[in-house]
Amino acid sequence: MGKSIESEAAARAWPAEGWTRVPYWIYTDPHLYARELETFFYGRGWSYVGLDCEVPEAGDYKRAWIGERQVVVVRTKDGSIAVWENRCAHRGARLVWQNRGRGESFTCPYHQWNFNLDGRLQGVPLKRGVLGKGGMPPDFDNASHGLCKLRVHVEGGSIWASFAPDGPTFAEYCGPEMHGYVKRIFSGRPLKLLGYSRQLIPSNWKMYVENLKDPYHATLLHAFLITFGLWRADTQSESVPVAEGKHGIMVSRNVGKSSADSAAEMARNKNRLVLEDTDTVTPIREFDDGKVIGLTIFPSVVMHQQANTLGMRNIIPKGPGAFELSWTYYGFADESPELTRLRLRHANLYGPAGYVAMEDGEVLAESQLGAAEYGHRSAVLEMGGKDVAPQDHMVTEVLIRAFYRYYREAMGL
Amino acid sequence: MTQTAMPAQRPAPTPTEWRSLAAELRELYDEVADLLDRDQVEQLPGYFTDDCLYQVISRENVALGLPQATIFCDGIRMLRDRVLALRETQVYEPRHWRHFVTGVRVNAVEGDEIAAQANVLVTEAMSDAEPTVLLVGRYRDRLVRRDGRLWFRERSVIYDNYRVVRSLIVPV
Repeated sequence: MGKSIESEAAARAWPAEGWTRVPYWIYTDPHLYARELETFFYGRGWSYVGLDCEVPEAGDYKRAWIGERQVVVVRTKDGSIAVWENRCAHRGARLVWQNRGRGESFTCPYHQWNFNLDGRLQGVPLKRGVLGKGGMPPDFDNASHGLCKLRVHVEGGSIWASFAPDGPTFAEYCGPEMHGYVKRIFSGRPLKLLGYSRQLIPSNWKMYVENLKDPYHATLLHAFLITFGLWRADTQSESVPVAEGKHGIMVSRNVGKSSADSAAEMARNKNRLVLEDTDTVTPIREFDDGKVIGLTIFPSVVMHQQANTLGMRNIIPKGPGAFELSWTYYGFADESPELTRLRLRHANLYGPAGYVAMEDGEVLAESQLGAAEYGHRSAVLEMGGKDVAPQDHMVTEVLIRAFYRYYREAMGL
Repeated sequence: MTQTAMPAQRPAPTPTEWRSLAAELRELYDEVADLLDRDQVEQLPGYFTDDCLYQVISRENVALGLPQATIFCDGIRMLRDRVLALRETQVYEPRHWRHFVTGVRVNAVEGDEIAAQANVLVTEAMSDAEPTVLLVGRYRDRLVRRDGRLWFRERSVIYDNYRVVRSLIVPV
């Protein structure tokens, strides 16, 4: 006897404890995954698609992903940014076959339909037929067959797109607190691209969202941070869920050491490990507020400012069991060569070989392997209590609880 | 336009010297690959000059002229720190790597410096699964001869992978 439909449906329920539990089936279920793409990535929200320094001149383009859909980000002739689906309006072939490039217009190789930078259909070969035969019907109007454009918002050099023509504005989607933090980094100061680092992590994409809402693990998993002094237990910190728990803000501020603290620390750690090249763990102060931040703008990106690295970590789901994490590192066009040098050195902490980030990839892969076949069991999220109010410390899972409150409501679970 | 004096040119290597240099490099590359396969990464910095560059960087970034590297060790101290951090702080699922190095070529000999390249493929095997390809790419190296042996002044591992699958844990 197989399982009844009812017992399968019951196994897909949320545990009675609520947001302090996360059932493991949500990391593997293909139907749920399809609904997540529709709801979050293709729905009313905004997704990160690039930086304007990646497409500086008219005709410059790059490909980007929103969920599993590919889009093209283009600098148009008037200097604005257009984002359209990478799919010919005729038969659906991908129009752009390279990750980056520059062109005057875009021609689909299949039947050579030609589109301008803005996505408008400019030319259809053999539109009038040949020798009076064939051709498009008289009522075929190029204006109705352009590429499907997305709404675009540029915030101080960061580019965002939305599939919803009538959705909230970017500022509304962020909420005032998050929007303030976005503007703190993307103030309009011209950006400089430093490069990409791309990683395929074999875990459900939500595990990464959770990882960046989980300051509790940072000092435990990432021994590098503690060992080499980038993080201390008394680091001033805040964990703030915003926009109904959708987004998360993690802020820390290294308050500096008194000489007495240092002496005590030295006494405790006589055989302390030290790096030979301390540049790697010695950031210079960059923002007036002295803060170090990690911002999760659901669903597509984590914006990080850590040590002297600035990065956009783009989350690109690849089925329920894997996601691509695409890191774009950048600085500012007018910064000193010394600061750029530090950014490149500090990037050793992040990406697939990062002293810190490598370990996140490892535990996420292990979490997927551990949880996948135990869909009827659940994770426990009770660190820092059971509620979802902001907390002024890092020993908490409040951001994950708040996120799942939002998630369940959005998904009707 | 300014005129700068050309450095004193050594005579170009003879075909025999060239072949013997290629053979010496082949031996060196096999030695380094073998120590990495045997989990002896502590020995790796001993093959580099103090002013070395060791980096693992995507072909994508190299093609775009972007400096961002996945592993970036600017100087021998950073390379030794990479090994220290790996051994003392890093958490990862244990696995075994194996290097396949082919097409070792000397590209140029200029002054005291040898420019060379080779293809590299690295497989990765978890303790409960078969090996998979971790990375495919090319070594772009600059070497110098000191005290009768060759040292790496630069080893750039330029990988073809669009993405690193899961993690890049040890230098390759």
